[in-house]
Amino acid sequence: MTDSYYGRPILKAPVWKWYIPAYFFTGGLAGASSALGLAAQLTGNRRLRRTALGAAAAGVAVSGPLLVIDLGRPGRFLNMLRVAKPTSPMSVGSWLLAAFAPAAIGAAASDVTGRAPRLGRAAAAGAGVLGPAVATYTAVLVADTAIPAWHEAHQQLPFLFAGSSMAGAGGVALASTPAAAAGPARRLAVIGAALEVGASRVMDRRLGELAGPYEEGRAGRLAKAAEACSLSGALLAAVAGRRRPTAIAAGTLLCAGSLLTRFSVFRAGFESAADPAATVGPQRLRRPR
Amino acid sequence: MRHPAGAKGSLMARMGFFTDTSVCIGCKACEVACKEWNDVPDDGLDFLAMSYDNTGALGADTWRHVAFVERPRGGSAPPGSPPANGPGAGWSPAADLLPDAGGAGVRWLMSSDVCKHCTHAACLDVCPTGALFRTEFDTVVVQQDVCNGCGYCVPACPFGVIDKREADGRVWKCTLCYDRLKADLTPACAKACPTESIQFGPLEELRERASGRLGVLREAGVAEARLYGADEDDGVGGFGAFFLLLDEPEIYGLPPAPVVTTRDLPGMWRAAAGAALALAGAVAVAVLPRR
Repeated sequence: MTDSYYGRPILKAPVWKWYIPAYFFTGGLAGASSALGLAAQLTGNRRLRRTALGAAAAGVAVSGPLLVIDLGRPGRFLNMLRVAKPTSPMSVGSWLLAAFAPAAIGAAASDVTGRAPRLGRAAAAGAGVLGPAVATYTAVLVADTAIPAWHEAHQQLPFLFAGSSMAGAGGVALASTPAAAAGPARRLAVIGAALEVGASRVMDRRLGELAGPYEEGRAGRLAKAAEACSLSGALLAAVAGRRRPTAIAAGTLLCAGSLLTRFSVFRAGFESAADPAATVGPQRLRRPR
Repeated sequence: MRHPAGAKGSLMARMGFFTDTSVCIGCKACEVACKEWNDVPDDGLDFLAMSYDNTGALGADTWRHVAFVERPRGGSAPPGSPPANGPGAGWSPAADLLPDAGGAGVRWLMSSDVCKHCTHAACLDVCPTGALFRTEFDTVVVQQDVCNGCGYCVPACPFGVIDKREADGRVWKCTLCYDRLKADLTPACAKACPTESIQFGPLEELRERASGRLGVLREAGVAEARLYGADEDDGVGGFGAFFLLLDEPEIYGLPPAPVVTTRDLPGMWRAAAGAALALAGAVAVAVLPRR
């Protein structure tokens, strides 16, 4: 039993709403999709390039409004670009998105309209290079807080988010691309889901007692549902991903797993912040006597 | 008030608070003075059933918070015996501070909490707009005309100090009365404190005064007395507003060994770079031509 002040939390819970974990999903989907789009471009897989670039543009187009709505003063969203601060993952992310969003949307627009193909290829290349960073910086964003379940997982969360992003991007591309061209999407989905589930397991083990929120309660239930969706989606993609209806089912499951993973991590942070023992316990061990 | 030769080459001395909880009487004049001077909105009239504390915690609308801790005395004197500091009990200035002073009853700890104005301030580090900044007094203040209410500082603070004012959309916390400091005035809470539990001044001077006070208390037998946040080598580089406590920090709702989250940020970026490379590698493997 840890001493505390009337059992009250020491930390403040985040003020972020569901828009933020939803953005973690859409942003991760956009980032990994743009990387897949670039790979498809380099290997001459035009059908996969089209669906991947389309998913990247759609993901980033939804991300912007989600991020702006969550601000306490949405009209001041441009203040995000007032300074550039490497100590603030949100500042780094804002600048990343400022470069990534036009490239991802421009690449898809060029592909669909057939206009400015060279510029479109350059934009797809730019978005594809930035994509992996867009998909993983959000893990640093949550880890760079005082919340134990987030901060102490800072070595695993980027891999969890990378795997989750790949599973989502692979799932969308798998469901929307003709089977003959969707081989890379199937493989990416399976690798991504494996990394997502693996990183989550490693994270829980490394966190030890601090893993409680990821294993029990609402966040724990979300994590279990995420794992079930991701694993069944990956299995379906691997064994029956060449057939259209099963490909769509697999893609839906993979996206659901990816989305649930982010909501589980998000919710776990609130539960961890609310528990004074999670804050005090580890600090007591390292307190100088 | 201002000293020409401040620390770290700044022109002015670092200003701060020393809150000596051993002389706090729980009058809450600091809470009231802070609200009045800074025009802080009400934070709800809730009965919290926490001793005399109906304020609860620091937050967007609470920049000073007086904690009331009731701890049973260590000794197990028979019921009805006179309190240790009663008439004829050999009263000493420290008698009612001793956790194991004989006699039944309750030992009251009172402490006025405030923003720590950390040397390494997580809120300031993670703020993406630059709204949070370090003033010429080495205090940490939110520029309300810049804050866009992203809320990142809220879970970054290891003390749970800063919070968002929902109706307003922006974050708020103690400014160490930045406006008063600029006019060479003492912050409202310190000015109002009737027992000089809240002391304001150049941090160097406050630290000397605090170690002197700690010595007096220790000599009087208050072994539990300790300084909290006076050490520059702690996880946040020392507090600009530090404390003398009479029990473990967590008893007062304070983290025992807080660390600024950005201390681990280089490692986080390295992990993210590794994960981004893994993502790129997985995509490359996925598109490799099959045979």
